[in-house]
Amino acid sequence: MQNLIDLEKKINSELTTKIKKTEIRHEQLYITIDNEDLIDVTLHIKNNENTKFRQLIDITVVDYPENTQRFKIVYLFLSHEFNQRIILSYLISENEVIPSLTPIYPAANWMEREVFDMYGVKFKDHPDLRRILTDYDFEGHPLRKDFPLTGHTEVRYSEDQKKVIKEPVKLEQNYRNFDYESPWEGTKYIKKQTDQENDKKN
Amino acid sequence: MTKKTKTLNLNFGPQHPAAHGVLRLILELDGEVVEKADPHIGLLHRGTEKLIENKTYMQAVPYFDRLDYVAPMNQEHAFALAIEKILKIDVPIRAQFIRVMFCEIGRILSHILNVTTQALDVGALTPSLWGFEERETLMTFYERASGSRLHANYFRAGGVHQDLPMGLEEDIGKFCVSFPKIIDDLETLLTDNRIFKQRNVDIGIVTKEDALDYSFSGVMIRGSGVPWDLRKSQPYECYEQLEFKIPVGKNGDCYDRYLCRIDEMRESVSIIKQCLAKMTKGPVKSSDGKISPPPKKDIKQSMEALIHHFKLFTEGYRVDKDEIYTAVEAPKGEFGVYLISDGSSKPYKCKIRAPGFSHLAAMDYLIKGHMLADVPAVLGSLDIVFGEVDR
Repeated sequence: MQNLIDLEKKINSELTTKIKKTEIRHEQLYITIDNEDLIDVTLHIKNNENTKFRQLIDITVVDYPENTQRFKIVYLFLSHEFNQRIILSYLISENEVIPSLTPIYPAANWMEREVFDMYGVKFKDHPDLRRILTDYDFEGHPLRKDFPLTGHTEVRYSEDQKKVIKEPVKLEQNYRNFDYESPWEGTKYIKKQTDQENDKKN
Repeated sequence: MTKKTKTLNLNFGPQHPAAHGVLRLILELDGEVVEKADPHIGLLHRGTEKLIENKTYMQAVPYFDRLDYVAPMNQEHAFALAIEKILKIDVPIRAQFIRVMFCEIGRILSHILNVTTQALDVGALTPSLWGFEERETLMTFYERASGSRLHANYFRAGGVHQDLPMGLEEDIGKFCVSFPKIIDDLETLLTDNRIFKQRNVDIGIVTKEDALDYSFSGVMIRGSGVPWDLRKSQPYECYEQLEFKIPVGKNGDCYDRYLCRIDEMRESVSIIKQCLAKMTKGPVKSSDGKISPPPKKDIKQSMEALIHHFKLFTEGYRVDKDEIYTAVEAPKGEFGVYLISDGSSKPYKCKIRAPGFSHLAAMDYLIKGHMLADVPAVLGSLDIVFGEVDR
């Protein structure tokens, strides 16, 4: 734990202007940066003698469709030498193109392809930005919050056309998403109402 | 006069027994030498992460069984740990030992499958016949504890679903006595086998540096001489109380990785023995009513318990707003869950970090310059399971 606090201080002092916010929770260091600084910060933490974050564990995105800066890009790093983990993140808006980490960490290649496939975030200078997990002619980005759980199309073999065809999804019954949130603890709208009533009284 | 050379494109898989599932490899061959390999994955993509976002935390557990279906409980473990860390739940010590024991059983399950199928890929049929018999025994242990041979759905946040049935501990103890003999038998078939060595020694060499660059973990990085095991370096659960060694390879080739797996099985047996010895009677899940259902016998008599049970299994428990990454040492490497909770009873985001994904991503680097016949050998030693690669 002490090591993490030291690391936080070190990173804050050496990369002062580039770090927006740092925080330690669950024995991990969370760092927020600006997207222009990604390459500088990663190069620093990878090559610096005192950090040596040699491994990129994963890249992922969190989608907040209600925000203007919709996507939060998250990088997980691991340093074997110092046995520490960093979670690096920054926000971008929907059509922003972000730099690729593939030249620095070869492992980023597929991870970025997955992010592109699942969220439609584009990387500049990526050597091979193709879809990876979805079908060859798939449309849309399934992990976005506005992509329906059932998807848009389904495939079947057509006896007439003698080939596999795509059709819009037809469900016998609509997907039912029950709201089980406990009314005892007050759902949000009731809370709001009572708050407003209280405000009036005051 | 210059000779014109032409490369041949070969489509390997997706239905090829040596592809270990549904891998489609586009190989560019110059004669018999592989110039480029382009793995096409996703044929088993089921959208696990999307589904988990739409299910409660308890309903999400079975999806983890279906990732690496060769060692299901190890995956559940990572998810359970993530929730426990956010909610700050203490897990009873008996539950911790049960979970570690079943994780080690999962490790043996996975390693048996991998070692024997790797042998099968390079031409030895017998090991798989012997190994699968032991896997069957282990899966009956799974069945007796959870009710299911494969998709256990046994781990819960705060412990395990229910206590071990009578007699299971003794039977696992007996297995620990008989199993090392089977490992010895497997080794007599393979370790000094001339053909097995010819096919594996110096094939698919990974240097230390490259293992780090390509985000390798588990046996893939230990085979290259990096002594890194999350059970030791970032101990979770009760691994700190257990004694075990980390087998490390020297040359980073397929043969060293095979040796690491064999040794890890022996270590796992020793861990299971220690768990059995240290296990005492006691509760197997957290007593916190916010996350654990009431005992079945109360449900029959008490209205409150029934309501409590109903609420837990419809609405589910809520997890405070937080963000966390937890990783466990799964048989194939670092299996991680990056979980974002928003205070409701469903995860806002759950990214699964599968070790096999990074390993397969390095396929082009591993296989470049090797012969076509080495492709199955390298693929076998990567220990790929498509459930987790495609998610």
